[in-house]
Amino acid sequence: MKAELNEQALLKGLAQNDSKAVETLYKSHFTMIQHFVENNNGSFDDARDIFQEAMIALYEKVQLDSFVLTCQIKTYLFSICKHMWIKLLQQMGKYSSPLSENEESISIEMDMGQIEKKDAAFAIMDRALNSLGEPCKSLLEGYYLNKKGMQELASQFGYTNADNAKNQKYKCLMRLKKLFFAQYNIGD
Amino acid sequence: MEDIQLLETIEKYLSGELSDQERAQFDVIRQKSADIDQMVVEHKLFLDQMKTYAKRKNVAHTSQQVFSSLLANGEWAPIEAGVEPSKVIKLWSKYKKVIAIAASFGGFFAIFTSIIVMYLSPSLNGSQLLQLSKAVEVIKKNQQAQGHLLNEVKTKVPENAKLISGGSGFLIDTKGYIITNAHVLKGDGAIVINSKGQELNASIIYSDVTNDLALLKIEDKDYKQPKSIPYAIRRKISDLGEEIFTLGFPRNDNDIVYGKGYLSAQTGYEGDSSSYQIQISANPGYSGAPIFNSNGELIGVISTRQKLAEGVAFAVKSTEIIDVVNALKDNEKTKDINIKLPKYASSNARNRKSQLDNLKNFMYSVRSFN
Repeated sequence: MKAELNEQALLKGLAQNDSKAVETLYKSHFTMIQHFVENNNGSFDDARDIFQEAMIALYEKVQLDSFVLTCQIKTYLFSICKHMWIKLLQQMGKYSSPLSENEESISIEMDMGQIEKKDAAFAIMDRALNSLGEPCKSLLEGYYLNKKGMQELASQFGYTNADNAKNQKYKCLMRLKKLFFAQYNIGD
Repeated sequence: MEDIQLLETIEKYLSGELSDQERAQFDVIRQKSADIDQMVVEHKLFLDQMKTYAKRKNVAHTSQQVFSSLLANGEWAPIEAGVEPSKVIKLWSKYKKVIAIAASFGGFFAIFTSIIVMYLSPSLNGSQLLQLSKAVEVIKKNQQAQGHLLNEVKTKVPENAKLISGGSGFLIDTKGYIITNAHVLKGDGAIVINSKGQELNASIIYSDVTNDLALLKIEDKDYKQPKSIPYAIRRKISDLGEEIFTLGFPRNDNDIVYGKGYLSAQTGYEGDSSSYQIQISANPGYSGAPIFNSNGELIGVISTRQKLAEGVAFAVKSTEIIDVVNALKDNEKTKDINIKLPKYASSNARNRKSQLDNLKNFMYSVRSFN
């Protein structure tokens, strides 16, 4: 019971971007993934990348409205990593079944479908922001992501007053929305 | 202007910043105007997406930071494979003989042409490039100026020895191996000085004049071996326009100096494929200083500056460092040296100030004497 509570607390921490929780997850489970990847044609760097992606996937899973974790975090992380690693090996044409593994895993096809949708939305926003160019990108990030005030942004970017910065921000925002909605389909 | 106000109102409406009365008024407007209603719905969706994006980015950032700091603290030992010889070196050892024969013919031809070129060209290209090692005079002056100070802390330069040249260098193996430029080491002996001003004895292990790289080893009981090195030696060629920075010791007072610039060409002086052209204000003394990219990877070593073009400098590519380490294995004297090049960039690349604070512990000022 206590272990279960701890797991819930960890997931809550991850959802709130608490670095202590993230650290605990790394300390408890990274070695397992390192072994799995290194025993299956991968390097330490591959293990690092895969684990990083699995953490994001777990985070997205926690964000889902329908979120229920039906197994231990360990099993879940391993299942995601396995799924991702197989996919990568297949892409490189290096996949040969069966993989050498000592851990329990569950089928996560359903979850992966939902998570991949989130990945796609994230990628669209990322691309849109990056293709804006400067100073638009930093201006919008400053206002919408880092919640800085218009006055502060005006002096940071060297606008003579907050109104000018606001004008510029508006133009940038319109461009960003256009870029974003060109690729983002509602309901899909 | 109206549009801006409308958007501002929508944002306030969505974030709950409007007063009850304003809110009620706006609700009426929404009901009446389908266009405005649509704008509100669309903007809410967009802002939600931004929020989701920001949160996820923060989580990814935290996760990377946590990983890097755990790695730096030795939580996991990456299985360090030995340095694999690059493809060119493999090819080289395979075709050594053929190349040797071809080269002997080529050699005659090359000498012949270079004699002709020498007669024909008005001046030698050497004069166009200014090597960045501190000139003798500067160092001498410095020595005189600081004479009493040096005596007080008991310099490790042997008595009667004369400082000849100097520059910068950086650690590539925690055991005390330092890379610098070959032209920085004009004398027979060397000392290095860390960013805290502590002098350490060093010996010259290897010097490759063609690539202008040299390897030193700190041999001093006062040397404290760090746990790990926070930058990786990049094994691939870097991209044009990449933002770069450097840390070196160009000044006489031996204070570390930070410089920022970008990679301006993927080849060096007259198309030299073993170096990059970089745009950075390089002063004498920057010779041997490392060039980092924004990920904290080490991509090159500053070597020379073009005399006439201010701000244009050249840097030996990081892949040449790997070649130097490999070359050690081919020499009877140095073949037992086992250098493990750092493979992970763990310095905090998001915060330049704290990154520099970390990196400077691995930078050394190099002095060579006779």
